[in-house]
Amino acid sequence: MLPELGHFALILAMLLASLQAFFGIAGPATGRSRWTAAVVPAVAGQFVMVATAMACLIASFVANDFSVSYIAENSNSALPLFYRVTALWGAHEGSLLLWIFLLSCWTVAVAIGAARLPLRFSARVLGVLGLVSLGFMLFTLATSNPFLRHDPPLPDGRDLNPILQDPALAIHPPILYTGYVGFAVAFAFACAAMLEGNLDQTWARWTRPWTTAAWAFLSIGIALGSWWAYYELGWGGYWFWDPVENASFMPWLVGTALIHSLAATDKRGLFKSWTLLLAILAFSLSLLGTFLVRSGVLVSVHSFAADPTRGIFILALLVVVIGGALGLYAWRAPLLRSQAGFELGARESFLLFNNILLVIAAATVLAGTLAPMIADALHLGTLSVGAPYFNPTFLLSMLPLLALLAVGIHANWKRGRLGDRTRTLLLTLIVALLAAVALVYGVYSHGKVLSPVGAALGSWIILSSLIDPIERWRRKLSLPRSFLGMTIAHVGLGVFVISLTAVESFTLERDVSMARGEHVAVGNYEFRFDGVKSIEGPNYDGVEGTVVVTRHGVPTAVVYPQKRQYWVQRSVTTEAAIEMHHGSNVFVALGEELGAGKWSVRFQIRPLVNFIWLGAFIMAMGGALAASDRRYRTAAARASVPSGSLPAPTAGEGAG
Amino acid sequence: MTPRQRRMTLVAGILVGVSIAGALALSAFRKNVTFFFDPTQVAAGQVPAGERFRLGGMVTQGSVQRAPGSLEVRFVVTDFKNEVPVSYTGVLPDLFREGQGVVAHGRMLNGTFVADEVLAKHDEKYMPPEVARSLKRRHGSDQVHTAPPAAAAGGS
Repeated sequence: MLPELGHFALILAMLLASLQAFFGIAGPATGRSRWTAAVVPAVAGQFVMVATAMACLIASFVANDFSVSYIAENSNSALPLFYRVTALWGAHEGSLLLWIFLLSCWTVAVAIGAARLPLRFSARVLGVLGLVSLGFMLFTLATSNPFLRHDPPLPDGRDLNPILQDPALAIHPPILYTGYVGFAVAFAFACAAMLEGNLDQTWARWTRPWTTAAWAFLSIGIALGSWWAYYELGWGGYWFWDPVENASFMPWLVGTALIHSLAATDKRGLFKSWTLLLAILAFSLSLLGTFLVRSGVLVSVHSFAADPTRGIFILALLVVVIGGALGLYAWRAPLLRSQAGFELGARESFLLFNNILLVIAAATVLAGTLAPMIADALHLGTLSVGAPYFNPTFLLSMLPLLALLAVGIHANWKRGRLGDRTRTLLLTLIVALLAAVALVYGVYSHGKVLSPVGAALGSWIILSSLIDPIERWRRKLSLPRSFLGMTIAHVGLGVFVISLTAVESFTLERDVSMARGEHVAVGNYEFRFDGVKSIEGPNYDGVEGTVVVTRHGVPTAVVYPQKRQYWVQRSVTTEAAIEMHHGSNVFVALGEELGAGKWSVRFQIRPLVNFIWLGAFIMAMGGALAASDRRYRTAAARASVPSGSLPAPTAGEGAG
Repeated sequence: MTPRQRRMTLVAGILVGVSIAGALALSAFRKNVTFFFDPTQVAAGQVPAGERFRLGGMVTQGSVQRAPGSLEVRFVVTDFKNEVPVSYTGVLPDLFREGQGVVAHGRMLNGTFVADEVLAKHDEKYMPPEVARSLKRRHGSDQVHTAPPAAAAGGS
């Protein structure tokens, strides 16, 4: 009963989404105010229906209704309650429902948040969002319905993939998708502005908080996925340049560019067409990400679904969305003109370089991700592209970006002179260089060529970001949230860069064959293997090793790495033991039994690795703070009075 | 400089930067791409000598051997037409098993494929798509017992 109710609710939701799209786009276009006024009720109805569908599927998962195919394939009666709920997005069909639900949540948020905006404009935004919802609901109902019954019902389910039975991965998809889907809002604002034909900077100001919020969610989502890969996959790596990781990283890079170009459009009315294109591009890459992950075209740990018809459907959706948006852009492009000029060395030029470098980075990642597919389609052989390609090409655009960032945040709008900031900036550079040399050669006493470079750039960004807020605080000037948020995000980036440098430069790792009681030394640490014993969990059994860790002869920890075998799918997972000590992560993973009473064990010492995710988290917090700035809300209220002239921006206000 | 000249300089600078980045990315790409070969292609001598490549196929039943207590493991990768012996020192991935698909990175040395990385990154229900495809090419899909039709179709 419940699954049918959910199915029916989703069909109703699709009808309401088409009404929302129709009224939202046709209402303002024909000037019928009744149609325009009908958009918000359609949004509310669509949300209620999608939420009902979601609730029905969750309830069926909780109730172990294995007559539903999707539940039978992804859950099991022995699965703990928490994972029975999160199993909803453990595979393709449920993930799509989650996508639709989150889009519906964003749409409601926009309907509430955009109530201050001109009615015609907000109706158009909601109309475009309705079109996107409609596309995804059609896709779900036509190719990937999670509510379909299995006849006859199965006695028990095939279980959730054991590597997905993990708290971080349970919440990773919703947060990542919230980010992905959030770029639909920026996209809808851009489309609405083009439909409206009013392409001055007002739309950019209205979009900024939404884009920044989506970006913050995406940052946390990517960081969670990376953290999960680190401790769950048993390799001890935090980034593999796996196609699925790239799929989420490309929208992030373009989204970062979009945030910065929106700043220039909002403040100075510059880069208007570029900003529109970036908004289209960010959402297109989110769709492409869904396509790459869910169509099964890629070799990847995440690609559980392998159904080409779905891929073709998403590809068609992609063509309609990108093609439609670009068509709209071509139609409206004659209206675009940037009046303002700027000098080389002004803040605008730094934002321009930021955009160029971020888009180049995204393009190189895209090329590396798609190359195997293209080569395969053209019968050029089966090839794979990995870290040896991605690392150098990515650094090539990132290193100049980091250096320009440290300088660019002090540049003034329009004028190209740094003025009295030059001396402070040089001072911070010297301090950063000294700190880098001390870190690389003092603390770790070795390093690669790029180690001091990375450490210096990271420290410089942090120090340089802090000059302005400290100055303002000492002079008792106001610190608006958008400015504080920008500062925090840039400090987070600095933390990220330093820790990434440390991990890449100073990681020690060894795979060792060990018998009970044997010792091995890795760096300053010594490990004693005390054998294994059997363990049993709620839906698995396995073995657990005992490893005693000492540092310079001082006992520091006893860790228990596990090897689990899950009963239903008979698959083995590695549960690495990770201890944080002196800022370093001590990582111990149990391999396999080698005979003669020996086990293979993997040891890694990764300095500052936790700060990689902390840095990403700080960046996201900065984004959240900036998105909550009152300026955007009051500005929206002011701008809704139809007048073209906006208050002149002050030079000190933040760009992020 | 007039504003127009300045703008043209900026545009030219950006173009030069973008082309340098493109050229470097292309050369990094050429140097660092690894190709996939199956045992029949290896036996036919299609792999350039000394080149690093990816070998994929099934782990032959009963072929996994190691000296007790040693990290070095030897096994045979097959596409049911030809076989390639593989040696690897290190911790094998969780999904590595006899009779299952595997992909290894490394190079040929005296008739043995010396792997520095062994991947079994696929879901247990599936085979690595390139392996499924290679087996299909050699035999037709009916011989691929361990892969469900969906996986084989999804890769093609």
